[in-house]
Amino acid sequence: MLNTTILNAAHHAQQNARMVDFGGWEMPVHYGSQISEHHAVRRDCGMFDVSHMCAVDLVGIDASRFLRRLLANNVERLKTSGKALYSAMLNESGGIIDDLIVYRRPALVEGQGTPYRLVINAGTAEKDLAWMTARLQDWGLAATLTPLRSGDKAVGMIAVQGPNAKTKVWAALPEIRAATESLPPFFGVAIGELFVATTGYTGEDGFEITLPAAQTEALWNKFLAVGIPPCGLGARDTLRLEAGMNLYGQDMDETVSPLDAGLAWCTELASERDFVGKSALLAHGQRAQFLGLKLLDKGVLRAHQKVFAPQGEGEITSGTFSPTLGFSIALARLPLGVSVGDPLSVEIRGKLLPVQVVKPPFVRHGKALV
Amino acid sequence: MNIPAELKYTASHEWARLEADGTLTVGITDHAQELLGDLVFVDLPEIGKTFAAGEEACVLESVKAAADAYAPVAGTVTAINETLSSAPESINQDAYAAWLFKLAPANVGDLAGLLDAAGYKASVDAG
Repeated sequence: MLNTTILNAAHHAQQNARMVDFGGWEMPVHYGSQISEHHAVRRDCGMFDVSHMCAVDLVGIDASRFLRRLLANNVERLKTSGKALYSAMLNESGGIIDDLIVYRRPALVEGQGTPYRLVINAGTAEKDLAWMTARLQDWGLAATLTPLRSGDKAVGMIAVQGPNAKTKVWAALPEIRAATESLPPFFGVAIGELFVATTGYTGEDGFEITLPAAQTEALWNKFLAVGIPPCGLGARDTLRLEAGMNLYGQDMDETVSPLDAGLAWCTELASERDFVGKSALLAHGQRAQFLGLKLLDKGVLRAHQKVFAPQGEGEITSGTFSPTLGFSIALARLPLGVSVGDPLSVEIRGKLLPVQVVKPPFVRHGKALV
Repeated sequence: MNIPAELKYTASHEWARLEADGTLTVGITDHAQELLGDLVFVDLPEIGKTFAAGEEACVLESVKAAADAYAPVAGTVTAINETLSSAPESINQDAYAAWLFKLAPANVGDLAGLLDAAGYKASVDAG
């Protein structure tokens, strides 16, 4: 029995929606054409049901202390309410349990600690919650984790992305314009029962809107009415890959260190702060490089294809045809010593094809960067 | 499901049409293109290449995955649809117009082993 989001009936109502099992969730992979949906987000805008992801509220006097010890990135960097931070959550061996976004929320009661909202991946939610709950107990910290998944706390999430996303959202929801017009990137703000954030997974502008589950379908329909096309997880994957963003379970998992998954930029090693996995990271150091590849021949790079470099063998972790660029691109784990610009080769069905090493992202704000 | 009555089919989702000159035009079915999603690259066989029945003849890459197209019967490739190299999406637009290759069958009698439209539909429905 697959999990379904609050928008499941709305997806089935779309004539050409193709539903698939995505990590135990019945989700739309596309609504007719993955490539058209991809272009819609790069050139105009599109919306995604991301209600399968799990929002978790964290409150309590020790909430900040807990996150400082739990996460590879440092929540002390969240100087103002609403600011968001991307981080990996590691196990003791330095492997990635999950990647997540944490928002700092306004304090409800002075002196009762800073509240936070975390957004974790769908497929890892139960494991993450068990891990976090166990760490809270081990460390004897006073904070409460509340997943917003069931009962009257249940929420839905809609991501609207693209150069015209904000304008179209404001056309549907004029009442949120004033509060979101000057919201900087990577911020979230509560407006009534909505939580509106300038985050995303496409490399374009836009909003991710969290709201009570019971209101989600009405908002989805409002967005359809102002001409925002629904986009499936297929386009979400090609967009995030072009934007050089990692996908949990594909580019990284519990056996992979953030230093080998291109996440050194959000892993704070050079400070006094201790966090789970830090000693393992310091002991092992970086063991591989995480870089982009562009295919210089016809064909499509795919996950698990082998990459051959003079320094040794690497592996593609995510590969696709890039609809924006018109050729195939990939994220790959490569031996140390490989440099941007190097010509390497990839084995595709027994043939060696030429690729060039590039630095992700491949595309940002509609512009090719490689 | 769009399954033209005048064509022959395989359970592996190829369609085939016997032409007046005795060659067999081969493509993938509308159902197959729908399963694959947007096609982005087609690796066509070389003209003159000989295949056994059911042998991999062609690779189709979609945004989602790579899939093989098979020779419906034994034969030799006499022509390939060059337009697919610049417009693989034409298969998504009309799978029965965007043929892949033409085959000179080794034995015309082999065509009797292909499915008709009803047989193909039954094969798809059976999963």
